[in-house]
Amino acid sequence: MSELNRLTIAGARDALRKGEVTAIELTDACLSAIEDAGALNAFVHQTPDLARDMAKAADARLKTGEAAAMTGIPVGIKDVFCVKGVPAQAGSRILGGFRPEYESTVTANLWNAGAIMLGKLNQDEFAMGSTNESSCYGPAVNPWKTADGAARTPGGSSGGSAAAVAADLCLAATGTDTGGSIRQPAAFTGTVGLKPTYGRVSRWGVIAYASSLDQAGPMTKTVRDAAIMLGAMASADPQDSTCADLPVPDFEAALTGDIRGKRIGIPREYRMEGMPAEIDALWTQGAQMLRDEGAEVVEISLPHTRYALPAYYVIAPAEASSNLARYDGVRYGHRARLGQGDGITEMYEKTRAEGFGPEVQRRVMIGTYVLSAGFYDAYYNRARKVRALIKRDFDQAFAQGIDSILAPATPTAAFPLGAVSQDDPVQMYLNDVFTVTLNLAGLPGIAVPVGQDAQGLPLGLQLIGRPFEEGELLNQALVLEQAAGFVAKPDRWW
Amino acid sequence: MSITEDEARKVAHLARIAVDDAALPALARELNGILHFMEQLNEVDVEGIEPMTGVTPLRLKRREDVVTTGGMPQQILSNAPDAREGFFAVPKVME
Repeated sequence: MSELNRLTIAGARDALRKGEVTAIELTDACLSAIEDAGALNAFVHQTPDLARDMAKAADARLKTGEAAAMTGIPVGIKDVFCVKGVPAQAGSRILGGFRPEYESTVTANLWNAGAIMLGKLNQDEFAMGSTNESSCYGPAVNPWKTADGAARTPGGSSGGSAAAVAADLCLAATGTDTGGSIRQPAAFTGTVGLKPTYGRVSRWGVIAYASSLDQAGPMTKTVRDAAIMLGAMASADPQDSTCADLPVPDFEAALTGDIRGKRIGIPREYRMEGMPAEIDALWTQGAQMLRDEGAEVVEISLPHTRYALPAYYVIAPAEASSNLARYDGVRYGHRARLGQGDGITEMYEKTRAEGFGPEVQRRVMIGTYVLSAGFYDAYYNRARKVRALIKRDFDQAFAQGIDSILAPATPTAAFPLGAVSQDDPVQMYLNDVFTVTLNLAGLPGIAVPVGQDAQGLPLGLQLIGRPFEEGELLNQALVLEQAAGFVAKPDRWW
Repeated sequence: MSITEDEARKVAHLARIAVDDAALPALARELNGILHFMEQLNEVDVEGIEPMTGVTPLRLKRREDVVTTGGMPQQILSNAPDAREGFFAVPKVME
Protein backbone atom coordinates (compact mmCIF):
# COMPACT_ATOMS: atom_id res chain seq x y z
CA MET A 1 0.00 0.00 0.00
CA SER A 2 1.54 3.31 -1.03
CA GLU A 3 1.45 6.61 0.84
CA LEU A 4 -0.03 5.19 4.02
CA ASN A 5 -0.05 8.67 5.55
CA ARG A 6 -2.85 9.59 3.14
CA LEU A 7 -5.25 7.11 4.74
CA THR A 8 -8.25 8.18 6.77
CA ILE A 9 -8.72 6.92 10.33
CA ALA A 10 -11.51 4.60 9.19
CA GLY A 11 -9.46 3.31 6.24
CA ALA A 12 -6.36 2.71 8.34
CA ARG A 13 -8.36 1.08 11.11
CA ASP A 14 -9.82 -1.46 8.71
CA ALA A 15 -6.46 -2.12 7.05
CA LEU A 16 -4.77 -2.57 10.45
CA ARG A 17 -7.39 -5.03 11.62
CA LYS A 18 -7.13 -7.04 8.43
CA GLY A 19 -3.38 -7.14 8.87
CA GLU A 20 -2.79 -5.39 5.53
CA VAL A 21 -0.64 -2.79 7.23
CA THR A 22 1.10 -2.42 10.59
CA ALA A 23 1.03 0.50 12.97
CA ILE A 24 4.80 0.80 12.59
CA GLU A 25 4.51 1.15 8.81
CA LEU A 26 1.77 3.73 9.18
CA THR A 27 3.78 5.66 11.77
CA ASP A 28 6.96 5.60 9.68
CA ALA A 29 5.01 6.90 6.68
CA CYS A 30 3.79 9.84 8.75
CA LEU A 31 7.20 10.51 10.32
CA SER A 32 8.75 10.59 6.88
CA ALA A 33 6.03 12.93 5.56
CA ILE A 34 6.66 15.22 8.56
CA GLU A 35 10.40 15.11 7.86
CA ASP A 36 9.77 16.33 4.30
CA ALA A 37 7.30 19.04 5.26
CA GLY A 38 9.47 21.48 7.19
CA ALA A 39 8.26 24.27 4.88
CA LEU A 40 4.76 23.93 6.34
CA ASN A 41 6.04 24.55 9.88
CA ALA A 42 3.14 22.46 11.17
CA PHE A 43 4.94 20.16 13.63
CA VAL A 44 6.90 22.16 16.18
CA HIS A 45 7.97 19.38 18.54
CA GLN A 46 8.43 15.92 17.06
CA THR A 47 8.33 12.74 19.12
CA PRO A 48 9.49 9.98 16.72
CA ASP A 49 10.85 7.68 19.45
CA LEU A 50 7.65 7.90 21.45
CA ALA A 51 5.67 7.33 18.22
CA ARG A 52 7.59 4.15 17.36
CA ASP A 53 7.25 2.79 20.91
CA MET A 54 3.52 3.42 20.84
CA ALA A 55 3.28 1.87 17.35
CA LYS A 56 5.00 -1.30 18.57
CA ALA A 57 2.57 -1.53 21.47
CA ALA A 58 -0.32 -0.98 19.05
CA ASP A 59 0.88 -3.76 16.77
CA ALA A 60 1.07 -6.10 19.77
CA ARG A 61 -2.44 -5.15 20.79
CA LEU A 62 -3.74 -5.65 17.25
CA LYS A 63 -2.28 -9.16 17.24
CA THR A 64 -4.34 -10.06 20.30
CA GLY A 65 -7.48 -9.04 18.42
CA GLU A 66 -8.39 -6.59 21.17
CA ALA A 67 -7.86 -3.33 19.35
CA ALA A 68 -9.57 -0.18 20.65
CA ALA A 69 -11.23 2.52 18.54
CA MET A 70 -7.97 4.13 17.37
CA THR A 71 -5.36 1.44 17.93
CA GLY A 72 -2.45 2.13 15.61
CA ILE A 73 -3.68 5.52 14.33
CA PRO A 74 -0.92 8.19 14.30
CA VAL A 75 -2.14 11.65 15.28
CA GLY A 76 -0.74 15.12 15.87
CA ILE A 77 -1.48 17.06 19.05
CA LYS A 78 -1.94 20.81 19.22
CA ASP A 79 0.76 22.40 21.35
CA VAL A 80 -1.88 23.56 23.87
CA PHE A 81 -2.40 20.01 25.24
CA CYS A 82 -0.15 18.73 28.02
CA VAL A 83 1.48 15.42 27.16
CA LYS A 84 3.71 14.18 29.94
CA GLY A 85 7.39 14.81 29.27
CA VAL A 86 6.82 16.48 25.87
CA PRO A 87 7.30 20.26 25.50
CA ALA A 88 4.02 22.20 25.72
CA GLN A 89 4.27 25.91 25.00
CA ALA A 90 0.86 26.80 23.55
CA GLY A 91 2.86 28.68 20.94
CA SER A 92 4.27 31.05 23.56
CA ARG A 93 7.78 32.09 24.53
CA ILE A 94 6.65 32.35 28.13
CA LEU A 95 6.36 28.55 28.32
CA GLY A 96 9.78 27.98 26.76
CA GLY A 97 11.32 24.81 28.18
CA PHE A 98 8.13 23.68 29.94
CA ARG A 99 7.67 19.92 30.02
CA PRO A 100 4.46 18.94 31.78
CA GLU A 101 4.66 16.39 34.56
CA TYR A 102 1.12 15.27 33.81
CA GLU A 103 -1.15 14.27 30.97
CA SER A 104 -4.28 16.03 29.70
CA THR A 105 -7.46 13.96 29.88
CA VAL A 106 -7.96 14.23 26.11
CA THR A 107 -4.54 12.85 25.27
CA ALA A 108 -4.78 10.19 27.98
CA ASN A 109 -8.09 9.12 26.42
CA LEU A 110 -6.52 9.03 22.95
CA TRP A 111 -3.59 6.90 24.11
CA ASN A 112 -6.00 4.58 25.93
CA ALA A 113 -7.91 4.27 22.67
CA GLY A 114 -4.65 3.20 21.01
CA ALA A 115 -3.70 6.39 19.11
CA ILE A 116 -0.03 7.16 18.42
CA MET A 117 1.63 10.49 19.28
CA LEU A 118 3.61 11.99 16.38
CA GLY A 119 4.37 15.36 17.98
CA LYS A 120 3.06 18.82 18.82
CA LEU A 121 1.41 21.13 16.31
CA ASN A 122 1.79 24.83 15.69
CA GLN A 123 -0.84 27.31 16.84
CA ASP A 124 -1.41 30.96 17.59
CA GLU A 125 0.01 31.93 20.97
CA PHE A 126 -2.38 30.72 23.69
CA ALA A 127 -4.89 30.06 20.89
CA MET A 128 -5.37 33.81 20.38
CA GLY A 129 -5.47 34.47 16.68
CA SER A 130 -7.03 33.50 13.37
CA THR A 131 -3.94 33.29 11.15
CA ASN A 132 -1.31 31.34 13.11
CA GLU A 133 0.92 34.42 12.80
CA SER A 134 1.00 35.03 16.54
CA SER A 135 2.93 31.80 17.17
CA CYS A 136 6.38 31.95 18.80
CA TYR A 137 7.46 29.33 16.25
CA GLY A 138 6.47 31.49 13.26
CA PRO A 139 3.32 30.72 11.29
CA ALA A 140 2.31 27.33 9.97
CA VAL A 141 1.72 27.53 6.20
CA ASN A 142 -1.36 26.36 4.34
CA PRO A 143 -0.60 23.48 1.94
CA TRP A 144 -3.07 25.08 -0.47
CA LYS A 145 -1.66 27.68 -2.85
CA THR A 146 -3.02 29.55 -5.84
CA ALA A 147 -1.38 30.54 -9.13
CA ASP A 148 0.22 33.57 -7.40
CA GLY A 149 2.33 31.18 -5.31
CA ALA A 150 1.86 33.26 -2.14
CA ALA A 151 2.21 31.48 1.20
CA ARG A 152 -1.27 31.45 2.74
CA THR A 153 -2.47 31.17 6.29
CA PRO A 154 -3.88 27.81 7.36
CA GLY A 155 -6.11 29.83 9.70
CA GLY A 156 -5.93 29.83 13.44
CA SER A 157 -5.56 29.17 16.10
CA SER A 158 -5.34 25.44 15.28
CA GLY A 159 -3.44 26.24 12.06
CA GLY A 160 -0.72 23.64 12.51
CA SER A 161 -3.33 20.93 13.07
CA ALA A 162 -5.23 21.92 9.93
CA ALA A 163 -2.10 22.16 7.78
CA ALA A 164 -0.85 18.78 9.03
CA VAL A 165 -4.13 17.00 8.31
CA ALA A 166 -4.56 18.65 4.89
CA ALA A 167 -0.99 17.74 3.91
CA ASP A 168 -1.35 14.13 5.15
CA LEU A 169 1.40 14.48 7.76
CA CYS A 170 -0.86 12.63 10.19
CA LEU A 171 -4.19 10.85 9.94
CA ALA A 172 -5.89 13.33 12.25
CA ALA A 173 -5.11 15.97 14.84
CA THR A 174 -6.53 17.55 17.97
CA GLY A 175 -7.57 21.18 18.03
CA THR A 176 -9.21 23.58 20.44
CA ASP A 177 -11.91 26.09 19.62
CA THR A 178 -12.63 29.19 21.71
CA GLY A 179 -14.08 31.42 18.98
CA GLY A 180 -13.65 29.33 15.82
CA SER A 181 -10.13 27.96 16.19
CA ILE A 182 -11.06 24.48 14.94
CA ARG A 183 -13.68 25.36 12.32
CA GLN A 184 -11.99 28.30 10.59
CA PRO A 185 -8.67 26.47 9.95
CA ALA A 186 -10.59 23.38 8.81
CA ALA A 187 -12.49 25.52 6.30
CA PHE A 188 -9.24 27.14 5.11
CA THR A 189 -7.60 23.78 4.41
CA GLY A 190 -10.40 21.59 3.03
CA THR A 191 -10.57 19.45 6.16
CA VAL A 192 -13.27 18.62 8.71
CA GLY A 193 -13.24 20.34 12.11
CA LEU A 194 -15.65 19.61 14.93
CA LYS A 195 -16.14 21.78 17.99
CA PRO A 196 -18.15 19.66 20.43
CA THR A 197 -20.74 20.95 22.88
CA TYR A 198 -19.13 22.80 25.79
CA GLY A 199 -18.60 20.13 28.45
CA ARG A 200 -18.45 17.14 26.09
CA VAL A 201 -14.65 16.99 26.24
CA SER A 202 -12.58 17.58 29.36
CA ARG A 203 -10.43 20.70 29.60
CA TRP A 204 -8.08 19.12 32.19
CA GLY A 205 -4.51 19.58 31.03
CA VAL A 206 -5.44 21.91 28.17
CA ILE A 207 -3.63 25.21 28.59
CA ALA A 208 -6.48 27.67 29.19
CA TYR A 209 -7.41 30.70 27.10
CA ALA A 210 -11.05 31.50 28.04
CA SER A 211 -12.42 28.80 30.29
CA SER A 212 -16.14 29.32 29.65
CA LEU A 213 -15.59 29.06 25.87
CA ASP A 214 -12.65 26.67 25.31
CA GLN A 215 -13.50 23.24 23.94
CA ALA A 216 -11.23 20.61 22.36
CA GLY A 217 -12.25 18.63 19.31
CA PRO A 218 -11.05 16.53 16.38
CA MET A 219 -9.63 17.80 13.06
CA THR A 220 -9.84 15.10 10.44
CA LYS A 221 -10.00 14.25 6.74
CA THR A 222 -13.60 13.03 6.82
CA VAL A 223 -16.77 13.34 8.88
CA ARG A 224 -16.61 9.64 9.77
CA ASP A 225 -13.13 10.17 11.19
CA ALA A 226 -14.42 13.08 13.28
CA ALA A 227 -17.06 10.75 14.74
CA ILE A 228 -14.48 8.09 15.57
CA MET A 229 -12.03 10.55 17.10
CA LEU A 230 -14.61 12.49 19.13
CA GLY A 231 -15.64 9.19 20.69
CA ALA A 232 -12.03 8.58 21.68
CA MET A 233 -11.45 12.12 23.05
CA ALA A 234 -14.65 12.58 25.05
CA SER A 235 -15.30 11.38 28.59
CA ALA A 236 -16.95 12.46 31.81
CA ASP A 237 -14.09 13.77 33.93
CA PRO A 238 -14.11 14.57 37.65
CA GLN A 239 -10.95 16.65 37.08
CA ASP A 240 -12.98 19.25 35.12
CA SER A 241 -16.05 20.43 36.99
CA THR A 242 -17.58 21.84 33.78
CA CYS A 243 -17.25 18.50 31.98
CA ALA A 244 -20.69 16.94 31.57
CA ASP A 245 -21.55 13.74 33.44
CA LEU A 246 -22.96 12.13 30.33
CA PRO A 247 -22.18 8.80 28.72
CA VAL A 248 -20.25 9.06 25.44
CA PRO A 249 -22.46 7.62 22.70
CA ASP A 250 -21.18 5.71 19.68
CA PHE A 251 -20.98 8.67 17.31
CA GLU A 252 -20.02 6.55 14.33
CA ALA A 253 -23.18 4.47 14.76
CA ALA A 254 -25.18 7.68 14.33
CA LEU A 255 -23.92 8.02 10.74
CA THR A 256 -26.93 6.58 8.96
CA GLY A 257 -26.88 8.98 6.01
CA ASP A 258 -30.59 9.56 6.47
CA ILE A 259 -31.69 13.14 7.19
CA ARG A 260 -35.22 12.94 5.81
CA GLY A 261 -37.60 15.15 7.70
CA LYS A 262 -34.88 17.08 9.52
CA ARG A 263 -35.46 20.82 9.77
CA ILE A 264 -32.39 22.86 8.88
CA GLY A 265 -32.42 26.57 9.70
CA ILE A 266 -30.82 29.26 7.55
CA PRO A 267 -30.21 32.29 9.79
CA ARG A 268 -30.93 35.44 7.83
CA GLU A 269 -28.60 37.55 9.99
CA TYR A 270 -25.59 35.57 8.72
CA ARG A 271 -26.11 37.05 5.27
CA MET A 272 -23.62 39.81 5.96
CA GLU A 273 -23.10 42.93 3.95
CA GLY A 274 -20.08 42.56 1.70
CA MET A 275 -20.11 38.76 1.84
CA PRO A 276 -18.25 37.42 -1.22
CA ALA A 277 -20.63 36.07 -3.88
CA GLU A 278 -18.79 32.74 -3.85
CA ILE A 279 -19.50 32.18 -0.16
CA ASP A 280 -23.12 33.16 -0.62
CA ALA A 281 -23.49 30.80 -3.61
CA LEU A 282 -21.84 27.96 -1.67
CA TRP A 283 -24.28 28.46 1.17
CA THR A 284 -27.24 28.30 -1.23
CA GLN A 285 -25.82 25.15 -2.85
CA GLY A 286 -25.30 23.53 0.55
CA ALA A 287 -28.91 24.22 1.52
CA GLN A 288 -30.07 22.69 -1.77
CA MET A 289 -27.93 19.57 -1.15
CA LEU A 290 -29.61 19.03 2.21
CA ARG A 291 -33.03 19.69 0.68
CA ASP A 292 -32.30 17.12 -2.05
CA GLU A 293 -31.57 14.58 0.69
CA GLY A 294 -34.99 15.11 2.20
CA ALA A 295 -34.37 17.79 4.81
CA GLU A 296 -36.69 20.73 5.17
CA VAL A 297 -34.75 24.00 4.88
CA VAL A 298 -36.34 27.00 6.57
CA GLU A 299 -35.26 30.57 7.16
CA ILE A 300 -34.79 31.47 10.82
CA SER A 301 -33.79 34.56 12.75
CA LEU A 302 -30.98 34.88 15.28
CA PRO A 303 -31.43 38.59 15.96
CA HIS A 304 -28.42 39.23 18.21
CA THR A 305 -25.85 37.71 15.85
CA ARG A 306 -24.09 40.98 15.08
CA TYR A 307 -23.32 41.55 18.74
CA ALA A 308 -21.58 38.20 19.18
CA LEU A 309 -18.15 39.45 18.10
CA PRO A 310 -17.98 42.48 20.41
CA ALA A 311 -19.38 40.37 23.29
CA TYR A 312 -16.76 37.70 22.62
CA TYR A 313 -13.95 40.25 22.53
CA VAL A 314 -14.94 41.43 26.01
CA ILE A 315 -15.55 38.02 27.60
CA ALA A 316 -12.64 36.07 26.13
CA PRO A 317 -9.96 38.66 27.03
CA ALA A 318 -11.48 39.06 30.51
CA GLU A 319 -11.14 35.34 31.13
CA ALA A 320 -7.72 35.29 29.49
CA SER A 321 -6.38 38.08 31.69
CA SER A 322 -7.33 36.00 34.70
CA ASN A 323 -6.08 32.66 33.30
CA LEU A 324 -2.78 34.09 32.11
CA ALA A 325 -2.02 35.67 35.48
CA ARG A 326 -0.37 32.34 36.33
CA TYR A 327 2.57 33.09 34.01
CA ASP A 328 4.67 34.92 36.53
CA GLY A 329 8.16 33.52 35.98
CA VAL A 330 8.06 31.57 39.23
CA ARG A 331 6.71 28.07 38.67
CA TYR A 332 7.43 27.26 35.04
CA GLY A 333 8.65 28.67 31.78
CA HIS A 334 10.54 31.87 31.11
CA ARG A 335 11.87 34.30 33.70
CA ALA A 336 13.42 37.58 32.58
CA ARG A 337 17.00 38.41 33.52
CA LEU A 338 16.73 40.99 36.26
CA GLY A 339 18.69 44.17 36.78
CA GLN A 340 20.39 45.40 39.90
CA GLY A 341 17.78 46.26 42.51
CA ASP A 342 14.86 44.72 40.61
CA GLY A 343 12.21 43.31 42.94
CA ILE A 344 9.40 40.89 42.42
CA THR A 345 7.14 43.38 40.59
CA GLU A 346 9.88 44.07 38.03
CA MET A 347 10.34 40.32 37.69
CA TYR A 348 6.67 39.87 36.84
CA GLU A 349 6.53 42.85 34.49
CA LYS A 350 9.71 42.07 32.58
CA THR A 351 8.98 38.35 32.38
CA ARG A 352 5.51 38.94 30.96
CA ALA A 353 6.68 41.68 28.57
CA GLU A 354 9.36 39.33 27.18
CA GLY A 355 7.29 36.17 27.27
CA PHE A 356 3.97 37.29 25.78
CA GLY A 357 3.66 38.34 22.14
CA PRO A 358 1.82 41.51 21.09
CA GLU A 359 -1.65 39.98 20.58
CA VAL A 360 -1.58 38.19 23.93
CA GLN A 361 -0.42 41.37 25.66
CA ARG A 362 -3.25 43.26 24.00
CA ARG A 363 -5.89 40.77 25.11
CA VAL A 364 -4.54 40.52 28.65
CA MET A 365 -4.61 44.31 28.94
CA ILE A 366 -8.08 44.65 27.41
CA GLY A 367 -9.29 41.95 29.79
CA THR A 368 -7.69 43.71 32.72
CA TYR A 369 -9.36 46.96 31.67
CA VAL A 370 -12.88 45.56 31.26
CA LEU A 371 -12.65 43.85 34.64
CA SER A 372 -11.26 46.89 36.44
CA ALA A 373 -13.25 48.96 38.91
CA GLY A 374 -15.59 51.36 37.14
CA PHE A 375 -15.71 49.44 33.86
CA TYR A 376 -16.85 46.02 35.03
CA ASP A 377 -20.54 46.83 34.60
CA ALA A 378 -20.17 48.89 31.45
CA TYR A 379 -18.22 46.25 29.56
CA TYR A 380 -17.98 42.86 31.22
CA ASN A 381 -21.46 42.58 32.71
CA ARG A 382 -23.06 44.07 29.62
CA ALA A 383 -21.23 41.55 27.42
CA ARG A 384 -22.41 38.70 29.65
CA LYS A 385 -25.99 39.90 29.30
CA VAL A 386 -25.64 40.06 25.52
CA ARG A 387 -24.22 36.55 25.66
CA ALA A 388 -27.41 35.42 27.41
CA LEU A 389 -29.44 36.96 24.57
CA ILE A 390 -27.31 35.23 21.92
CA LYS A 391 -27.88 31.90 23.64
CA ARG A 392 -31.60 32.66 23.90
CA ASP A 393 -31.74 33.23 20.10
CA PHE A 394 -30.49 29.66 19.57
CA ASP A 395 -32.73 28.22 22.31
CA GLN A 396 -35.75 29.76 20.60
CA ALA A 397 -34.77 28.42 17.17
CA PHE A 398 -34.36 24.91 18.57
CA ALA A 399 -37.63 25.22 20.52
CA GLN A 400 -39.36 25.90 17.21
CA GLY A 401 -38.27 22.49 15.99
CA ILE A 402 -35.06 23.37 14.17
CA ASP A 403 -32.67 20.39 14.23
CA SER A 404 -29.58 22.21 13.05
CA ILE A 405 -28.42 25.43 11.44
CA LEU A 406 -26.45 25.82 8.21
CA ALA A 407 -24.10 28.80 7.83
CA PRO A 408 -20.82 29.70 6.17
CA ALA A 409 -17.74 28.79 8.19
CA THR A 410 -15.64 31.81 7.21
CA PRO A 411 -16.20 35.13 5.44
CA THR A 412 -13.41 34.40 2.90
CA ALA A 413 -11.11 31.64 1.66
CA ALA A 414 -7.57 31.41 3.08
CA PHE A 415 -5.69 34.67 2.53
CA PRO A 416 -1.94 35.25 2.17
CA LEU A 417 0.16 35.42 5.33
CA GLY A 418 0.72 39.07 6.20
CA ALA A 419 -2.48 40.21 4.46
CA VAL A 420 -4.19 41.25 7.69
CA SER A 421 -2.18 43.83 9.54
CA GLN A 422 -1.30 42.66 13.03
CA ASP A 423 -1.65 46.31 14.07
CA ASP A 424 -5.34 46.26 13.21
CA PRO A 425 -6.71 43.69 15.66
CA VAL A 426 -10.36 44.50 14.96
CA GLN A 427 -9.88 43.64 11.27
CA MET A 428 -8.45 40.27 12.31
CA TYR A 429 -11.29 39.64 14.76
CA LEU A 430 -13.82 39.83 11.89
CA ASN A 431 -12.61 36.38 10.76
CA ASP A 432 -14.55 34.87 13.62
CA VAL A 433 -17.90 36.39 12.68
CA PHE A 434 -19.63 33.10 11.76
CA THR A 435 -17.97 30.88 14.34
CA VAL A 436 -17.95 32.82 17.58
CA THR A 437 -21.70 32.67 18.25
CA LEU A 438 -21.54 28.92 18.98
CA ASN A 439 -18.86 29.27 21.60
CA LEU A 440 -20.91 31.90 23.41
CA ALA A 441 -23.93 29.56 23.35
CA GLY A 442 -21.86 26.41 24.05
CA LEU A 443 -23.23 24.60 20.99
CA PRO A 444 -21.54 21.98 18.81
CA GLY A 445 -20.51 22.99 15.30
CA ILE A 446 -18.74 21.31 12.43
CA ALA A 447 -16.98 22.72 9.37
CA VAL A 448 -17.23 20.56 6.25
CA PRO A 449 -15.41 21.23 2.96
CA VAL A 450 -18.04 21.85 0.29
CA GLY A 451 -16.39 23.58 -2.65
CA GLN A 452 -13.55 25.63 -4.07
CA ASP A 453 -13.34 29.28 -5.02
CA ALA A 454 -12.35 30.55 -8.48
CA GLN A 455 -8.68 30.30 -7.48
CA GLY A 456 -9.08 26.69 -6.38
CA LEU A 457 -8.96 27.34 -2.63
CA PRO A 458 -11.21 25.22 -0.43
CA LEU A 459 -14.39 26.66 1.06
CA GLY A 460 -16.36 25.20 3.93
CA LEU A 461 -19.82 25.35 5.40
CA GLN A 462 -20.73 24.99 9.02
CA LEU A 463 -23.53 23.03 10.64
CA ILE A 464 -24.56 24.01 14.15
CA GLY A 465 -26.32 21.43 16.30
CA ARG A 466 -28.33 21.07 19.46
CA PRO A 467 -26.38 20.70 22.70
CA PHE A 468 -24.95 17.19 23.22
CA GLU A 469 -26.41 15.93 19.96
CA GLU A 470 -23.11 15.61 18.11
CA GLY A 471 -24.22 12.26 16.65
CA GLU A 472 -27.14 13.87 14.88
CA LEU A 473 -24.93 16.78 13.79
CA LEU A 474 -22.26 14.44 12.42
CA ASN A 475 -24.89 12.54 10.47
CA GLN A 476 -26.08 15.74 8.81
CA ALA A 477 -22.47 16.70 8.13
CA LEU A 478 -21.90 13.28 6.53
CA VAL A 479 -24.81 13.87 4.17
CA LEU A 480 -23.45 17.30 3.26
CA GLU A 481 -19.96 15.83 2.74
CA GLN A 482 -21.27 13.08 0.48
CA ALA A 483 -23.48 15.42 -1.53
CA ALA A 484 -20.65 17.96 -1.97
CA GLY A 485 -18.19 15.24 -2.97
CA PHE A 486 -15.16 17.36 -2.09
CA VAL A 487 -12.12 15.26 -2.93
CA ALA A 488 -9.57 17.89 -4.00
CA LYS A 489 -6.14 17.80 -2.40
CA PRO A 490 -3.47 20.51 -2.44
CA ASP A 491 -0.73 20.09 -5.06
CA ARG A 492 2.43 19.18 -3.25
CA TRP A 493 4.98 22.05 -3.33
CA TRP A 494 6.64 21.56 0.05
CA MET B 1 -14.94 56.08 26.75
CA SER B 2 -11.38 56.43 25.65
CA ILE B 3 -8.05 55.52 27.15
CA THR B 4 -5.37 58.14 27.68
CA GLU B 5 -1.65 57.35 27.76
CA ASP B 6 -1.77 57.55 31.54
CA GLU B 7 -4.59 55.04 31.70
CA ALA B 8 -2.75 52.76 29.29
CA ARG B 9 0.23 52.86 31.67
CA LYS B 10 -2.06 52.02 34.57
CA VAL B 11 -3.65 49.07 32.73
CA ALA B 12 -0.23 47.72 31.75
CA HIS B 13 0.86 47.90 35.36
CA LEU B 14 -2.32 46.19 36.59
CA ALA B 15 -1.65 43.44 34.05
CA ARG B 16 2.00 43.29 35.20
CA ILE B 17 3.36 43.84 31.71
CA ALA B 18 6.28 46.27 31.32
CA VAL B 19 5.58 48.81 28.56
CA ASP B 20 8.12 51.46 27.54
CA ASP B 21 6.87 55.02 27.74
CA ALA B 22 7.60 55.36 24.03
CA ALA B 23 5.15 52.54 23.28
CA LEU B 24 2.28 54.01 25.30
CA PRO B 25 0.72 56.19 22.55
CA ALA B 26 0.45 53.21 20.17
CA LEU B 27 -0.91 51.01 22.97
CA ALA B 28 -3.54 53.59 23.90
CA ARG B 29 -4.54 53.86 20.23
CA GLU B 30 -4.91 50.07 19.86
CA LEU B 31 -6.88 49.69 23.07
CA ASN B 32 -9.15 52.54 22.01
CA GLY B 33 -9.79 50.85 18.67
CA ILE B 34 -10.87 47.67 20.44
CA LEU B 35 -13.00 49.52 22.98
CA HIS B 36 -14.68 51.45 20.20
CA PHE B 37 -15.56 48.13 18.57
CA MET B 38 -17.04 46.90 21.87
CA GLU B 39 -19.22 49.95 22.19
CA GLN B 40 -21.68 48.40 19.74
CA LEU B 41 -22.90 46.48 22.77
CA ASN B 42 -24.51 49.70 24.02
CA GLU B 43 -27.13 49.37 21.25
CA VAL B 44 -28.56 46.22 22.84
CA ASP B 45 -31.47 46.42 25.25
CA VAL B 46 -30.32 44.28 28.17
CA GLU B 47 -32.96 45.43 30.64
CA GLY B 48 -33.88 42.59 32.99
CA ILE B 49 -31.39 40.11 31.49
CA GLU B 50 -29.25 38.09 33.89
CA PRO B 51 -25.54 38.12 33.02
CA MET B 52 -24.48 34.69 31.80
CA THR B 53 -21.47 33.05 33.42
CA GLY B 54 -21.27 29.75 31.63
CA VAL B 55 -23.35 27.65 29.31
CA THR B 56 -24.24 24.91 31.75
CA PRO B 57 -27.31 26.02 33.67
CA LEU B 58 -26.65 23.56 36.47
CA ARG B 59 -24.86 24.30 39.67
CA LEU B 60 -21.20 23.40 39.35
CA LYS B 61 -20.39 19.91 40.49
CA ARG B 62 -19.04 19.68 44.02
CA ARG B 63 -16.28 17.33 44.98
CA GLU B 64 -15.59 15.84 48.34
CA ASP B 65 -13.18 17.99 50.31
CA VAL B 66 -10.45 15.40 50.65
CA VAL B 67 -6.81 15.20 49.70
CA THR B 68 -6.49 13.22 46.47
CA THR B 69 -2.92 13.87 45.44
CA GLY B 70 0.34 15.35 46.66
CA GLY B 71 3.74 14.33 47.96
CA MET B 72 5.52 15.17 44.74
CA PRO B 73 7.64 18.27 45.41
CA GLN B 74 10.20 17.26 42.80
CA GLN B 75 7.61 17.15 40.01
CA ILE B 76 6.09 20.42 41.18
CA LEU B 77 9.48 22.14 41.10
CA SER B 78 10.84 20.44 38.00
CA ASN B 79 9.87 23.28 35.64
CA ALA B 80 10.77 26.20 37.90
CA PRO B 81 13.25 28.74 36.50
CA ASP B 82 14.82 28.95 39.96
CA ALA B 83 14.16 26.26 42.59
CA ARG B 84 16.32 25.82 45.66
CA GLU B 85 16.17 23.45 48.60
CA GLY B 86 12.64 22.32 47.78
CA PHE B 87 11.26 25.83 47.26
CA PHE B 88 10.52 28.25 44.42
CA ALA B 89 13.04 31.09 44.63
CA VAL B 90 12.08 34.71 43.87
CA PRO B 91 13.75 38.10 44.37
CA LYS B 92 13.56 39.48 47.87
CA VAL B 93 9.96 40.54 48.59
CA MET B 94 10.35 42.29 51.96
CA GLU B 95 13.18 44.37 53.37
